[in-house]
Amino acid sequence: MIPALNLLIGLAMGLNLVALGSSRLPSLIRTVATQGIALGLMPLILEGSDLDWRIILVALATVAGKGFVIPGLLKRAMRAANIEREIQPFIGLVPSLLLGAGGTIAAVALAGALPLLPEHAGSLLVPGALASVLTGFILLIGRAKAISQVCGYLILENGIYLFGLLLIKATPLLVEAGVLLDLTVGVFVLGIIIDRIQRAFDSLDTRKLTALHE
Amino acid sequence: MNALLLILIPLVGAVLAALWPDNRTRPRFLPAVGFMHAVLCFRLLAAPPAVSPEAWLGFDPLAAAVLPAVSLLFFVCGVYAVPYLRIRKERPNRVFVAALLAVLGLLSAGHQARHLGVLWIATEAVTLAAVPLLHFNNTPRAFEATWKYLLVGGTGIALSLLGSFCLGYSSLHGGGEGNLTFVALIAQGPGLSRPWVLAAWVLLLVGYGTKMGLAPMHTWKPDAYGEASGIVGAILAGGVTSVAFSAILRIRSVVNSAGESRVADHTLLAIGLFSMAAAALFLLGTRDYKRMLAYSSIEHMGILSIGASLGPLGVWAALFHVWSNSLTKGALFLSAGNIRRAAGSPSLDDVRGMAAVVPRSAAIFVTGMFAITACPPFGPFFSELKILGAALRTSHGLAAAGFLVCLLFAFFGLTRVVFAVVDGRPRRVAKAGGKRFRETLGLIAPPLLLLFLSLWLGLFTPALLQNTWTAAVAQLFPNP
Repeated sequence: MIPALNLLIGLAMGLNLVALGSSRLPSLIRTVATQGIALGLMPLILEGSDLDWRIILVALATVAGKGFVIPGLLKRAMRAANIEREIQPFIGLVPSLLLGAGGTIAAVALAGALPLLPEHAGSLLVPGALASVLTGFILLIGRAKAISQVCGYLILENGIYLFGLLLIKATPLLVEAGVLLDLTVGVFVLGIIIDRIQRAFDSLDTRKLTALHE
Repeated sequence: MNALLLILIPLVGAVLAALWPDNRTRPRFLPAVGFMHAVLCFRLLAAPPAVSPEAWLGFDPLAAAVLPAVSLLFFVCGVYAVPYLRIRKERPNRVFVAALLAVLGLLSAGHQARHLGVLWIATEAVTLAAVPLLHFNNTPRAFEATWKYLLVGGTGIALSLLGSFCLGYSSLHGGGEGNLTFVALIAQGPGLSRPWVLAAWVLLLVGYGTKMGLAPMHTWKPDAYGEASGIVGAILAGGVTSVAFSAILRIRSVVNSAGESRVADHTLLAIGLFSMAAAALFLLGTRDYKRMLAYSSIEHMGILSIGASLGPLGVWAALFHVWSNSLTKGALFLSAGNIRRAAGSPSLDDVRGMAAVVPRSAAIFVTGMFAITACPPFGPFFSELKILGAALRTSHGLAAAGFLVCLLFAFFGLTRVVFAVVDGRPRRVAKAGGKRFRETLGLIAPPLLLLFLSLWLGLFTPALLQNTWTAAVAQLFPNP
């Protein structure tokens, strides 16, 4: 069970780096969607034989939300805004990749320093979670287009979800509550779409959001 | 049951308001629901119900110590909303009224949450419900403010979920069974895994601190308060921030029971002083009187955080300050809203001489400014004096000195902006659509009432409230 899980977490960590390295928005959205599906499958593997209906529900909601609904909305927002590329990000692609790789190594090292229960000792859940949170932050800070920032938020959220898997048996409610974070993303994207219709926010470039300052 | 009613009444009101067909009469839901909520809340305050320790939601002493202030503020703002939305006829208010009522219901849930997960869900839901409120004016500037609010607030809320997970894991690692009510976590106390408790404390302080608006996580606040209408500013500054503060207090008592109270106290003190200093510096520079209120709110969040770091005495004073700050801020936001309507601009570059244009609002604005900068005999003076006393009694002399210096600079900043707005010869006012703003009773009485409440709180702090604050402190420090 742990090897299969670690394989999926490793895939998610690899996808973090792919996300950091992609400048085209469709491929970024695809990467995030794949990561979401991989995450959604994890509770099923983690539980193995004794599947509870609540856990199946969490898995289904995650795959549907992170894998299909939100990426679909993001694609719609992208078409509405008619932009395909992230040109001139605040942090360039190569520096962000390097930061992401360094962050992943740091995450593995940091996770080694934290005490874990014996049943979690061999798994990559904690390093995977920390690395995804870091990747999410790099994208949030380093990208100028609103859609890329939303993708960064999604990866941040995926990291938190990974961490939540540690607790899924003991406190399912707390983990299920994490689904609400997806709702936040939904509001983000709807905001973009609605605003596109009202034409207040033309290029989806957050660099233009500078009217409010001291 | 009554405790649940506090949550359900506003939520049902929100649904009804969303279905109500008439744009003109819909705002009346706000004072009506606000009144019911306030009556229920104060009845519960006078006769506190027994809360079972296992309950996930309940009107416990901490909820009783803060929620009535929010309820009172909401009711007065609701009364103000009726004439306010009448002069904003051009904007449909269906979403606005429904979202405002939903915010009240969710705030009641957040204040009464006795479970880590429920607390997070309520805070998250408040964050989302407040989005349409910020976007009410529907200008590009309002959109920018909403976007920044969502981005910064969303990240904060995500970090607080991560922190909640860490706290949950610390309980699991210490042999807990996954019971995440605060009572159970405190009972587990020293059994919690220390490294995870510390990780959780940092993440939760950053997460809920973002919601509260502590520097350096405050960046959404000036934009949001600057672009939102006065009512929304008052509810955000007096209600939403207080739910984040009580969340931090509840979590702090868990960290205390785990034996890490020194770390918690030091971080709260440092972040509080930093918030006050940052706010004071920005107050000296800002040229926008609504953003000024946001910085003042950051300063007062810093004061609350400092109070919370000073042991039982300090927490008592901080709970007092929640009340005096909420009510006084409410008066300031509503009167600033009037001035903003009359002047057509929030910037000092365009606005001056408002004492001649809207004399009553200007008088409330100036008095409110003196109240919030801790001039006696208003509430903030006494609550800040109590915090200062707690600092000196726990031998935090340096912190007390820093506190006073920041207050002084904030006073300079606030007086600078407020007198620039009020004094001088008015510019041509008719720019904003040619229709003159009239100071009707409905727009003047609510902020005036809030100001009187602040005065009354300072002069005759009721014994009932004092006892409630003492009970809340006893809840937070179960074994002194």
